[in-house]
Amino acid sequence: MNEETREDIKLVEDVTQTDYKWGFVSDIEADEFPKGLNEDIIRKISKIKNEPEWMTEWRLKAYKHWLTMEEPDWAKVNYEKVDYQDLIYFSAPKKKPELESLDEVDPELLKTFEKLGIPLEEQKKLAGVAVDAVFDSVSVATTFRETLAEKGIIFCPISEAIINHPDLVKKYLGSVVPQTDNFFAALNSAVFSDGSFVYIPKGVRCPMELSTYFRINAENTGQFERTLIIADEGSYVSYLEGCTAPMRDENQLHAAVVELIVLDDAEIKYSTVQNWYPGDKEGKGGIYNFVTKRGICKGKNSKISWTQVETGSAVTWKYPGCILLGDNSVGEFYSVAVTNNFQQADTGTKMVHIGKNTKSTIISKGISAGKSNNSYRGLVKVNKNAENARNFSQCDSMLMGNKCGAHTFPYLEIENNSATVEHEATTSKVGEDQIFYLNQRGISTEDAVNMIVNGFCKEVFNELPMEFAIEAQKLLAISLEGSVG
Amino acid sequence: MIKIKNLHANVEGTEILKGINLTVNRGEVHAIMGPNGSGKSTLANVLAGHSAYEVTEGEIIFDGKNIIEMEPDERAREGLFLAFQYPIEIPGVSNSIFLRTALDEIRKHKGEPELTPKEFLSLLKEKAQILGMDTSLINRALNQGFSGGEKKRNEILQLLMLNPKLAILDETDSGLDIDALRIVSEGVNAYKSKDNAVIVVTHYQRLLDYIVPDFVHVLYKGRIVKSGTKDLALELEERGYDWIIKEQPETV
Amino acid sequence: MKNRIDNQKWYVDNFNLFKSSNKNVFSTLSNKAIEKFKTLEFPTKKDEEWKYININPLLKNNFLPSSLSANSSVNLETIEEYTLDNLDVYRFVFVNGIFNSELSTGLDFGKDIIAGSLSNLLNKNDTRLEKLFDIKNKLQKDNNIFNLLNTAFLHDGFLLYLPKGTIIDKPFHVINISTGNNKLLNQPHNLIHLESNSKAEIIFEYVSEKATEHFTNIVTEISVDENANLNVYKIQNESPNAFHIENSNILQKNSSVVKHFSLSFGALITRNNINAELDGENVENNLYGLYLGNKNQQIDNHTFIEHIKPNSNSNELYKGILDDDAKGIFSGKILVQKEAQKTNAFQSNKSVLLSNKAISDSKPQLEIYADDVKCSHGATVGKLDQEALFYIRSRGVPLELARSMLIRAFIDDVVKEISIEQLREKINHTIFQHLKRVEF
Repeated sequence: MNEETREDIKLVEDVTQTDYKWGFVSDIEADEFPKGLNEDIIRKISKIKNEPEWMTEWRLKAYKHWLTMEEPDWAKVNYEKVDYQDLIYFSAPKKKPELESLDEVDPELLKTFEKLGIPLEEQKKLAGVAVDAVFDSVSVATTFRETLAEKGIIFCPISEAIINHPDLVKKYLGSVVPQTDNFFAALNSAVFSDGSFVYIPKGVRCPMELSTYFRINAENTGQFERTLIIADEGSYVSYLEGCTAPMRDENQLHAAVVELIVLDDAEIKYSTVQNWYPGDKEGKGGIYNFVTKRGICKGKNSKISWTQVETGSAVTWKYPGCILLGDNSVGEFYSVAVTNNFQQADTGTKMVHIGKNTKSTIISKGISAGKSNNSYRGLVKVNKNAENARNFSQCDSMLMGNKCGAHTFPYLEIENNSATVEHEATTSKVGEDQIFYLNQRGISTEDAVNMIVNGFCKEVFNELPMEFAIEAQKLLAISLEGSVG
Repeated sequence: MIKIKNLHANVEGTEILKGINLTVNRGEVHAIMGPNGSGKSTLANVLAGHSAYEVTEGEIIFDGKNIIEMEPDERAREGLFLAFQYPIEIPGVSNSIFLRTALDEIRKHKGEPELTPKEFLSLLKEKAQILGMDTSLINRALNQGFSGGEKKRNEILQLLMLNPKLAILDETDSGLDIDALRIVSEGVNAYKSKDNAVIVVTHYQRLLDYIVPDFVHVLYKGRIVKSGTKDLALELEERGYDWIIKEQPETV
Repeated sequence: MKNRIDNQKWYVDNFNLFKSSNKNVFSTLSNKAIEKFKTLEFPTKKDEEWKYININPLLKNNFLPSSLSANSSVNLETIEEYTLDNLDVYRFVFVNGIFNSELSTGLDFGKDIIAGSLSNLLNKNDTRLEKLFDIKNKLQKDNNIFNLLNTAFLHDGFLLYLPKGTIIDKPFHVINISTGNNKLLNQPHNLIHLESNSKAEIIFEYVSEKATEHFTNIVTEISVDENANLNVYKIQNESPNAFHIENSNILQKNSSVVKHFSLSFGALITRNNINAELDGENVENNLYGLYLGNKNQQIDNHTFIEHIKPNSNSNELYKGILDDDAKGIFSGKILVQKEAQKTNAFQSNKSVLLSNKAISDSKPQLEIYADDVKCSHGATVGKLDQEALFYIRSRGVPLELARSMLIRAFIDDVVKEISIEQLREKINHTIFQHLKRVEF
């Protein structure tokens, strides 16, 4: 990243850490929304957002299908089921109760901020302390969007795209994750609040990393985020999602949908750091993170690369996948999933090989500590006509203590004999002799464990954009704090 | 024996051989040398008919026949032998069954009768002795668990057993200590006659102390850029490849 | 759907016929089994454990339990086709799941050892049965509908009990042959209990006299006490129209060693379930499998290995070769309980697709709750090694023969573990016969 774009991002970060000015068009208070879900509620959501009729119908179709579905129970997670009629399905970004100064903030939280090296102003914002808006937010935001607009890149809230770019949205929304795909995706399709829309035109290499981080950093992402990214022929974009700072979100259920569409010779790199509230040490509270992420390599020589660092949430259910439709297309999945205390993660990927000479790589590192359970679940499917498909999967697990569980559930479905598919998995612990060796060189046990764990995750961190990688390492250390010794 | 004319070959779309011309006559030993990545092993594999390499242009006339369209086993039955740089391990198939099968196929092709088990065994013992090979290796699975040296020796055992018209040795010296190198070379020399020919592909000169070449060719970026006698190999040993590379026009 | 229900009803109706003719120590167990059977349904592809196999062709047929059909026999010559040259064995022959003493040899083992027919013992009302095989606790955990179907009609099977320190000098060769009758349901129920420090080898061979459509539904219960050692070779080479299901349970105590081979060649649909419970320390459990499919065969191997106590090893290797339209399935799970520290568990599934219509589905799984363990699994699917193919061909060996060599190379690490040489030869031969490939 060059200096200029770095500055751009900084500016926009600062701006968006003040009130989020675009996206929601709302003058209706959240309180006006009754609990529960029915057609009227959906119409109301659609209306508040000034959506065209086709969008309302689209949501209703999803809703009707959702009614016929059952919540899946095949994942290796146990949780108290959500009462879907007890939720409020629309809330404008509410102001959090503001505190006078940082002194009033939970000291635990401040310690964490410190370790992550989050600037003071940002800390205030994250903790819900009042911050003065310094910049004229509208003008800076406009500058930022103009830089992208010069290249023809569209980067805006999806609610805005529905109104301003209906052709693109109509064409691609639900084309990778249909409304009927699964229980949570159907629910999301019916009620999604907002999210990002990205379109990279032909031959354009997006000059900066696009991110939700600076757009909706501390504000309500909404429980039902919807992201749609389209990379037209020969284009490239790197998209960062999430935030390394702990998010204190009151919404218990998060059911996001992300769809990626990649045309000929284009590439999308999608990186996620997920650090939602995991619940306390006794396993109380915490987010249910039930996400459907899927990309399609529609064109030849196209590529999708998913990288995720999952440390948060009480329950995670997430399988970012790639449909490798175009000939010579490439799918990658790099994942670090850390669970501690009572967290449960069931995550992995789906690689579906359809085109010829398609290639996929899966590198998954699971670390379990405390009383947590961490599962890798992945599918590699090679269809009948997918000549010369290649897959390599490596899924390693590490256990810390013997009250946790580490599990690997790969599925290999191969219907073409020119395929080469390899899966490997190992389970191990942090070696006592490794720790001893490092201790002997004067390194504390805690640092030694961090070093070893970071080494274990190296292959995945290498895939993250630089700043993200450093933060992810710190995050890992914090997540595993106190789990050894 | 073999006439290679303007041979071009690709691997995964990249051109590796860019017009090789080489003629090897009966009774001759030719050495192909060159820096890493010059295409030496590719040439050896293309001659043997490896399917990963696509011949895009040129001819390989072996003993009067163009073998470009021939499958690897047909070429072998015609009398072309490649000693592999990395011989493959085949579990579950014993060395002797493998050799017996191969030899029978080649003899059948030549219109010769199959050997009786007794004849086969005595021939095998005779050849193994030349290489100082323990006969226990003969009943072990093909190359499985063999050391690097044992594998190379086993390649030469196959050479002696199958007695081809042309032997191509692909980096046969790599991974051999000095004693093994001598034994392997003795094996090759035992094979050599006025009726057959040898192409030695090697990076180093040391093998050529034992298997003395009549001609030495330097391969660079897919072309033979210099040919000479065994003195050229000695010069390369002394001066390296840089001076030859510098002689090349930029476009190469 | 209708098929399934009708099919289930058919077996329940037949049970009523069976019950009246069958009174013995197992009657209570049989009744319990049929009651549980009634409450369950035959699995569909929606069941996770049955998602890759289509058993509809099996459920379309109403098979007649062989204990209700007229006894049939086969010639001695037919049986001798299956004997292994130059191998001395104790031979036990079951025809349609029912023991045939005339075709069997070497039946006298003295009074302490029990080896032979379950039915014989039932008829003698041998009181040892109940204790030795823990009859009371049977079925407590089991919810497998095919296991229940077998147990409901429990009638005969191979029985082996070795008291402490018994070492059997030669293998048991248990031949189960299905005769020419179509639509028979043969349900061997094999019970094996090795007390501490005893040792045995058993070859179970399942074959058919003709290419009939029959259903073999087996239950095999194996219990191996401290320091005992058991090798089991199960060879399934039934009629290409047959249906074959086996549920095997293996229970191992401290320092016991079990080597189990599952070698599948025949039958249209094969399903092998193996559950191994390693309830002891220093246990060694080895599961080997070969499955060869051609035409439209479906072969489904499910294994489940549970490490309960510390310091035990399990090692699993399953290899499949699939030709034509065949489908091979492997699903293996290793569960390491949290007390089972210092567990070593390895699992590997490899398959080769010889035709571009063959299918391989693989699901190797690890579920681990102990931290100080070494566990790994791997799975590969692909074609024969192309570099090796080039190497062999470059020595003048024609393509088809070179392929055969690579098939042998591929299965070698399973076959070489067979410690009976004559059996090894036979398996090597059967592989090429089944795949219709040149032998060398």
